[in-house]
Amino acid sequence: MSIVESLPRVRAWRLPRVDGLTQWIVPLVIILTWQAASVTGFMPARVMPAPSDVALAGWKLLLSGELAQNIWVSFWRASVGFLIGGSIGFAFGLANGLSQLSSKLTDTTLQMVRNVPHLALIPLVILWFGIDESAKLFLVALGVFFPIYLNTLHGIRTVDPQLIEMGRIYGMSNGELFRRVIFPGALPSIFVGVRFALGIMWLTLIVAETIAASSGLGYMAMQAREFMQIDVVVLSILIYALLGKVADSASRLLERLTLSWHPAFQKQ
Amino acid sequence: MQQPLRVVPVEAGLADPRDYVGQARDTRRASQAPSRGLGLTIRGLRKSFGDNEVLRGIDLHIPAGQFVAIVGRSGCGKSTLLRLIAGLDKPTAGSIGFGAEARAEDIRVMFQEPRLLPWARVLSNVEVGLGRDRSSADARARAEQALAEVGLADKREQWPAVLSGGQKQRVALARALVSRPRVLAFDEPLGALDALTRISMQRLLGRVWHDQGFTAILVTHDVSEAVALADRVLVIEEGRIAHDMDVDVVRPRQRGSADLAALEGGILRDLLKGDDSTDL
Repeated sequence: MSIVESLPRVRAWRLPRVDGLTQWIVPLVIILTWQAASVTGFMPARVMPAPSDVALAGWKLLLSGELAQNIWVSFWRASVGFLIGGSIGFAFGLANGLSQLSSKLTDTTLQMVRNVPHLALIPLVILWFGIDESAKLFLVALGVFFPIYLNTLHGIRTVDPQLIEMGRIYGMSNGELFRRVIFPGALPSIFVGVRFALGIMWLTLIVAETIAASSGLGYMAMQAREFMQIDVVVLSILIYALLGKVADSASRLLERLTLSWHPAFQKQ
Repeated sequence: MQQPLRVVPVEAGLADPRDYVGQARDTRRASQAPSRGLGLTIRGLRKSFGDNEVLRGIDLHIPAGQFVAIVGRSGCGKSTLLRLIAGLDKPTAGSIGFGAEARAEDIRVMFQEPRLLPWARVLSNVEVGLGRDRSSADARARAEQALAEVGLADKREQWPAVLSGGQKQRVALARALVSRPRVLAFDEPLGALDALTRISMQRLLGRVWHDQGFTAILVTHDVSEAVALADRVLVIEEGRIAHDMDVDVVRPRQRGSADLAALEGGILRDLLKGDDSTDL
């Protein structure tokens, strides 16, 4: 039993059945306060439009089909870029975690490239790809690559060597050893990489779309700025927050499904 | 009228001098126990790590089915010897021969740490012990049986994280036993357990050794554990066998009996003779 569990329960007053909603109390309070500040004129509409105005702008864009279109484009770029960069990062992480030769050959190079902020490549990428889809995918993939690479590598290298020795003693083949010992052991660390990568994925996409794009959420926000549609700008930002939350929840769900053995997921 | 059967859980079954039924059962087992173990002959065994010579010439014969305890101070080479016997490391010189052709599944090791896969259920962890027979049709049944032998049949669908230290070690024992090994090497298997759990685990080890008749090699720093369990105690000092003595005490043995205490005192005196004083 951990120390935390042995402490007296502080949350004795826990509300029944609304536990899942607790996390939304703070965002709700913020929105209500914001609305009140706008209605009373405490916060001028030029600085920050009221939430109701933002919602209205969202409704209009939704009706015109523009919103769904832009969200879809951004979502598509994010996920394709993530898949490409993530799988390359995962593959290099595996190779360098399992093979000394591969690690000696590529790790130093990768560590050097990692220290270049990938957004600094935007001018170069535009020269290479124009403002085409491939430019955005390239940047997202590059940004996502490193957290997944590093955490996969770290996960594999920190698998308990005693467990690996145990697997060998009990006659596991290399493939079996990987499947039953090394990969499950590295998985918690890989998920840390995935969650980092999801954050970087959105960041990269927003920057890329605001600088060079003709569709997508970032483009929508930049267009709105041109026409002083501050409600649309705020709307785009809120949608980014929401999409980020969705991505994070998805990775948490995946984590809970695959790591049910982990003491941290055995609260019940 | 039939007497109700009293089931004694393994952990609760501490040495009770009035446990006549248990003792009678043990005696019967002892008379019937067939030895399936492998004999073991070691000649001129040496092991060095760099310039550090840990084992300096070990010659040893262990007859099939014997329970041998190896004691010594930390760093004397006892764990190295066990790792060489189990084939985990290669000797620098010398040879280790088994009485017959030994398959990988015939020799098993149990460590101080249970080394269970945290992401596999208890039963799957036991199945790992089947080695190449893992995919055979009766793998599951064999694993269940091994788990029942250590008294944990009801834990088979649990994650290792929820088990106590003693229970984890019992799962590790089941994993070692499931392939019906003919040599079982124990590297301080009870070193990390509390005193009461240790005693019940010692009884369990003694019982499975009786039942299955493998050759047991136990490395321990606990001299009382060594004399309670073993037929023979080897004392290793500075990479050599310094003493080799038989424990001629009939089984079942009484923990704390005068015979065992005398033996234990003698071994401890040998081990501590380099110290200034042997008094507490």
